[in-house]
Amino acid sequence: MPSADRQDELKTLEAESIEIFREAISSQRKPVLMYSIGKDSSVLLHLAKKAFFPATPPFPLLHIDTTWKFRDMYAHRARMADSSGMDLIVHTNHAGLQAGVNPFTHGSSYYTDVMKTVALTQALDAAGFEIVFGGARRDEEKSRAKERVFSFRAGGHRWEPKAQRPELWNLYNTHIRNGESIRVFPLSNWTELDIWQYIAQENIPIVPLYFAEMRPVVKRNGAWIMVDDDRMPLLTSEEPELRRVRFRTLGCYPLSGAIESSASTVEEIIAETIRTRTSERQGRMIDNDQPGSMEKKKREGYF
Amino acid sequence: MVPSATLHSSTSCARLPALRFITCGSVDDGKSTLIGRLLYDAKCIFDDQMQALAKDSTEYGTQGENLDFALMVDGLQAERAQGITIDVAYRFFQTDKRKFIVADTPGHEQYTRNMATGASTAELAVILVDARKGVLTQTQRHSRIVAMMGIRHIVLAINKMDLVDFDETVFQSIEAAYREFAAGLNFASLQAIPLSAIGGDNVFTASLQTPWYCGPAMADYLNAVDPSGTTLHGNPPTAMRMPVQCILRPHQNFRGVAGRIACGELMAGDSVRILPGNRSATVKEIYIGERHAAIARAGDSIALTLNDDVDVSRGDVIAAPTNMPEVADQFAARLIWMSDHPLMPGRPYLLKLHCKEVTATVTEIKYRIAIDTGAELAADTLAINEMAAVNLSLSQPVVFEPYAQNRILGGFILIDKLTFDTVGAGTIEFALRRSANIYWQELEINQSARALMKQQTARCIWFTGLSGAGKSTIANLLEKRLHAEGRHTYILDGDNVRHGLNRDLGFTEADRVENIRRIAEVAKLMADAGLIVIVSFISPYRAERRLARSLFAEGEFLEVFVDAPLAECERRDAKGLYAKARRGELKNFTGIDSDYEVPETPEIHLDTARMNAETCAALIAQNLG
Ligand SMILES: Nc1nc2c(ncn2[C@@H]2O[C@H](COP(=O)(O)OP(=O)(O)O)[C@@H](O)[C@H]2O)c(=O)[nH]1
Repeated sequence: MPSADRQDELKTLEAESIEIFREAISSQRKPVLMYSIGKDSSVLLHLAKKAFFPATPPFPLLHIDTTWKFRDMYAHRARMADSSGMDLIVHTNHAGLQAGVNPFTHGSSYYTDVMKTVALTQALDAAGFEIVFGGARRDEEKSRAKERVFSFRAGGHRWEPKAQRPELWNLYNTHIRNGESIRVFPLSNWTELDIWQYIAQENIPIVPLYFAEMRPVVKRNGAWIMVDDDRMPLLTSEEPELRRVRFRTLGCYPLSGAIESSASTVEEIIAETIRTRTSERQGRMIDNDQPGSMEKKKREGYF
Repeated sequence: MVPSATLHSSTSCARLPALRFITCGSVDDGKSTLIGRLLYDAKCIFDDQMQALAKDSTEYGTQGENLDFALMVDGLQAERAQGITIDVAYRFFQTDKRKFIVADTPGHEQYTRNMATGASTAELAVILVDARKGVLTQTQRHSRIVAMMGIRHIVLAINKMDLVDFDETVFQSIEAAYREFAAGLNFASLQAIPLSAIGGDNVFTASLQTPWYCGPAMADYLNAVDPSGTTLHGNPPTAMRMPVQCILRPHQNFRGVAGRIACGELMAGDSVRILPGNRSATVKEIYIGERHAAIARAGDSIALTLNDDVDVSRGDVIAAPTNMPEVADQFAARLIWMSDHPLMPGRPYLLKLHCKEVTATVTEIKYRIAIDTGAELAADTLAINEMAAVNLSLSQPVVFEPYAQNRILGGFILIDKLTFDTVGAGTIEFALRRSANIYWQELEINQSARALMKQQTARCIWFTGLSGAGKSTIANLLEKRLHAEGRHTYILDGDNVRHGLNRDLGFTEADRVENIRRIAEVAKLMADAGLIVIVSFISPYRAERRLARSLFAEGEFLEVFVDAPLAECERRDAKGLYAKARRGELKNFTGIDSDYEVPETPEIHLDTARMNAETCAALIAQNLG
């Protein structure tokens, strides 16, 4: 349990997030929650339930499925969709899939564009979603640190970082014209540590991959990549070895680097998070492609 | 003389509430560098971020061999390329004392709106000044915005002391100049600190270079400062207020009133009032998330149920029954303009105040505020980044409190009705007159009440003229124009009405009179509903037009003579009617075999040979005032 002062800080963050959810819904535009199965999504879903209790949150969950998630993530997704009582929409860019786009042969940048960014815009356009909740936090990355809580998207889901709407106090401008949309980030002001302490305090279920365990991994580009299924092509020099590892962030398994760790409870993860000398996104392959790569992806509609 | 802030006792080891602050000041004064330095010294920069920073510093840096901390914060590509900060960046760091959320705001005048965004949620402002340059116009602009946003604790960070040899007299003269400037800004505390952000002097630890300075280092100060009295929630600490965000209705037997408590405390069993209707109710249960709570405090997001079956909706305010907030529809306010399109008094905007949205117009710009001197200047419009004192008129009464007392109930934004851009931000100072209908006493609903709600005077604008003279064209242009100004209008067109309401009437003398009578009566009903009705109808006879006029009050009826020579109308002959009439296929056609009686004293005479349709429409709009 976090200390009493920490509990107060978490309570303030929780209250702010709930306020954001309720404000977004009052816009009367068509909402959806981007559910990526990770810890931030878990907290986001938990907060959504609180914001509308005892009603079920008035929007579906949307998962952009690249088909390359960890098996544990698919199992967790099924459990959460079931217990939340919310509809789950799963969307895959089938054209991309048929063209054989995958994280190994196409490189993380192109793969992410086709299977995530394009897939996301397809799913949003198909259903006409206008208010899109996401679990991004400002402490994750430099271009996120610049983003509004209610982040306006012009037609075609374009983000114009140089022309963001002013956002004063808690007075969010939710007005849009047809074809425009708003990405809403209720976790904007949370840090990684806040997320973990809140998960501990609220006992929020998360994917077991966050806890250290012996897992088959190979070392690639300096990161431990888990061999989650037999689709992963191994070089002749590569022999999966069992190591005690866990993940700080979860995405597509070929692109998620594990860290060696023995933290097997939330408390131990918190202690490790406080001690760590590396940022959470270090294990993510897509951010390091080129300078400003995250901003570029975001302009084009990536979360 | 502005005192120093109260500091939390440093002996207490309890953590303090998180502190939200901004860094501001002119371009290049070192804001980003200072934040980078704070994060670095607080050990809140991770190894991989350090590596990235080292790489970026070589590539884009301005510091030669050294790390360029500004690159940590300037996260957008355009910012790195241009070496400037465009938008506010939010950064997080912590010490063993507290968590900090710092907003690094842009210094360029062009991006002042982003600076205001950062300031609106801050409790303290670090205003940077370059020791070589002293207090600049932009320092003053930012200080005024900071003051307007209700931030009352200031750190004056006199930076780049290394470039003036850590000279005490430079520090003192800048501090003195700033204190003199800030005297009128109502700050509660002001701490000046001599800094070198780049070298870390007086950032985390006291600098050996400034033995003459006995005050705290920046981090020590931020660790200990108590910003109470300027937090967004919980001000004032006493009477409870909660703007209603939405109603939760999972099923017939549950109605949760959801919102975030702006100030005060609420307990189950409390009696409350629901404003602006001033209905009483008692609180049955309080939920925070899925949990029952006996008590809820300022800043909590809650849902409550009431014992009574009263009407509550979004934008209402639940308040403690004593010491209630006011209700009004006209205000004096401070406004900062944020759009490239200037503020136009009289133009309707959407105004959002807590959870309430209404239409509002600026009825008067009392004065514009000179950024440097604070002088009050006359102004007809406001350009981007200008600040002013204005009067506002709202389409309906709202629950509010002056911003100085309550940031949640006194801050508002203005939104453009067409583009939906956020174009202005304001703070309410006081109500100009209490709403006549505070707490909804029985109000007689009549024409003027209906028109008032639409912020207009009801009118009947009666177009008369030959077929083809341009009545419909001008009427349409006029309506578009009025509509864009937010007026509520309706066009009654002779031809259209004949297809419906007057389908049973022909062109005999009697039918023509009846035709006119019905149109005039419909126009009258619509004007009574508060609308501006535009009637576009040949109406050739004076008697008919007099009949129509007689139904309206003095000044309400405007006769507009659309004057075009018969030959010209016949030449245009858009509908081919003149040709038909000439061939004898149409009987009783005005101008050919039926008279048109030219109006003798129309309110407006439009000479269409001299003016185009746009000009005609503009002329009428002008006459409406
Ligand atoms: N000599 C010196 N240079 C500084 C100091 N602080 C900032 N600078 C430099 O001033 C320039 C502008 O700094 P930056 O942080 O980008 O300013 P901002 O526009 O206010 O964010 C950069 O080249 C910094 O390296 C300081 O304390 N001493």
